Amino acid sequence: MMPDLGKYADAVLSSYVVSILLLVVLVVMSLRAAKKARAELQKLEDRRRG
Amino acid sequence: MASLWEYANPVKFIRTAETVLPWVSILATVTLVAGLVWGFFFTPDDYRQGSTVKIIYIHVPAALMAINVWFMMLVTSLVWLIRRHHVSALAAKAAAPVGAIMTVIALATGAIWGQPMWGTWWEWDPRLTSFLILFLFYLGYMALWEAIDNPDTAADLTAVLCIVGSVFAILSRYAVNFWNQGLHQGASLSLDKEENVADVFSTPLYISIAGFILLFIALVFLRTRTEIYKRRTKALLARERLG
Repeated sequence: MMPDLGKYADAVLSSYVVSILLLVVLVVMSLRAAKKARAELQKLEDRRRG
Repeated sequence: MASLWEYANPVKFIRTAETVLPWVSILATVTLVAGLVWGFFFTPDDYRQGSTVKIIYIHVPAALMAINVWFMMLVTSLVWLIRRHHVSALAAKAAAPVGAIMTVIALATGAIWGQPMWGTWWEWDPRLTSFLILFLFYLGYMALWEAIDNPDTAADLTAVLCIVGSVFAILSRYAVNFWNQGLHQGASLSLDKEENVADVFSTPLYISIAGFILLFIALVFLRTRTEIYKRRTKALLARERLG
């Protein structure tokens, strides 16, 4: 299944690993920030409603 | 058809985001995985570059996004400056970290690709240098948003910075054409059949590009909605403090 990357295996694999890792970090951080912001606003609105 | 300006209403924007976000996210994941898996596992090696050609499926879409995210920020910044729609300023703010990450990916994969092909990780070549400056503009843009307390002032100043930075976004794209020197090749994708990469490489590349674009759209919807929530929270807290 794994293609034979020959002598450039390190370059190709590290490119994919670094990029996918950065994209995953970006998505996770965006989701966490979204959840936190929504919860804070909800809490504040609930408090205002009494 | 609804006017585009309706989406400048935060409530309308949030409602649209709630509807669109799940679909765009699924589409982005499927397209991105399809493009990268096809490119990595099912494309042949290039006769000159060997297996390093597989880096193209990440490097080119990331570089394309790095430049075009800045242009999206330019458009939304201009909308803010001219029409004072808060959502457009917040959309620019939300897009900046995505653009910055795309620039890092383009720079990192370019360096990793460059080492075996050019014999060097880095060269002060026009395209590489303008890309590095574009990355610094992204950092400056995000820092400026964080440094200023008043959101309207921050939106004004970052919009001006965005206009200035657009020069480097244009240079990043056209540096190869402006200065016919340096190591970096011209565009990989072209309408000219002679210049375009072979179909066996270009089809998964187009899919990967579509995946990156959809991922960007999903992230901008998500992050802009977050910025709207944060702004609303800030406004409510300020109102509480006043009375």
